[in-house]
Amino acid sequence: MTSKTRVATVWLGGCSGCHMSFLDIDEKLIDLADRIELVYSPIADVKEYPEDVDVVLVEGALCNTENLELLLKVRDRSRVLVSFGDCAVTGNTSQLRNLLKIDDVLTQVYQAGPGSIPKGPEALEVLPVLLPKVYPLHAAVPVDFYLPGCPPDPDRILRAVTALLAGEKPELPAESITFG
Amino acid sequence: MSVITLTINGIEGSAPVGATLLEACRQNGVELPTLCHLEGLTPVGACRLCLVQVEGARRLLPACVTEAQEGMVVLTHTEKLVKYRKMTLELLLSERNHICSVCVANGACELRALCAELGVDHTRFEYRCPDLPPLDTSHERNGLDHNRCISCTRCIRACDQIEGAHTLDMEGRGIESRIIIDMHQKWVTSETCTKCGKCVNVCPTGTLFWKGSTVAEMQKEVGFLQWIKGGREKKSWSYL
Repeated sequence: MTSKTRVATVWLGGCSGCHMSFLDIDEKLIDLADRIELVYSPIADVKEYPEDVDVVLVEGALCNTENLELLLKVRDRSRVLVSFGDCAVTGNTSQLRNLLKIDDVLTQVYQAGPGSIPKGPEALEVLPVLLPKVYPLHAAVPVDFYLPGCPPDPDRILRAVTALLAGEKPELPAESITFG
Repeated sequence: MSVITLTINGIEGSAPVGATLLEACRQNGVELPTLCHLEGLTPVGACRLCLVQVEGARRLLPACVTEAQEGMVVLTHTEKLVKYRKMTLELLLSERNHICSVCVANGACELRALCAELGVDHTRFEYRCPDLPPLDTSHERNGLDHNRCISCTRCIRACDQIEGAHTLDMEGRGIESRIIIDMHQKWVTSETCTKCGKCVNVCPTGTLFWKGSTVAEMQKEVGFLQWIKGGREKKSWSYL
């Protein structure tokens, strides 16, 4: 048995900027590494989201059926779920497409313009279907803590993670509840 | 100057006769959050953030448009009021498209500043994501983005009451309210706009902005209101 906290990070519909900002805590990652076991993350080669996760940071909005399926699994298998960054908390730029029709978006991106056209039924069978709208995480599952920012700056992330590792609910000061 | 006395959160205070409850609160050291209110413009009670509880009143009252009366007993930060203020901010966030990360007013936005102050770190309401009229950047200097508008009408009042042009107005009601220019035309064709920029400076969000400014570049300056009002009413033209 390990006494380390089982931590996961998940990347849904976002740009991975929140993960980059997490890595920007630099040498403090070494201290964290002594205290956590990273059981699932885009930067760890783990295929299946494991059971019994203590803390998970979820970056990105819910954009497609794969995002939704994974998030439901993540919620089911994790004790504390953190909505990590603006896309997760608000939908942010990911939800700009909510003003447009899905068919128009797909046509614009995949069929209009120069170059060869990657269209056809085979692509639609293997790609996850876009949700009718982009949603923040808490539209689908209960969220335990909101960590806003685009991205949240490294100190803000470290502060929140440190509190969570101590089993406390992070208290963000007003100047840290900023978006964008 | 005649004075009335009142009780705010259990503490006796006083205010000049004719003062609003908002003025009375602030003069007695009690801060209330506001978005539509701006010192120098007539109050309209649009944002509902300054709602207070007055003993004997059957409903909550917006402090900015309620005159302070002798003997009033006022509560400003009950659990219910704080809950309602947060809910109001959450509703504002969900009503239009406030995408902070790409907003010109990021860092200078009064809506976001209040959210931070009151601890509103998300909205529980579903985003409406309305398809609004396109950006009007036809004006030589200013831009208008309906996505960020909270219908506070500060721009309309500044344009009418301070500049005297009344170029800006509101069409529609409730959730359909939209800022319009003259009788609904492109800004560039407006014959009444003096290009003074007061509307841009008093806008609490990124709705009105200087053309050419990009994400987080907008800085707003509202000090001029006091300067102009002081000059007109007291003939004192000292700029703070």
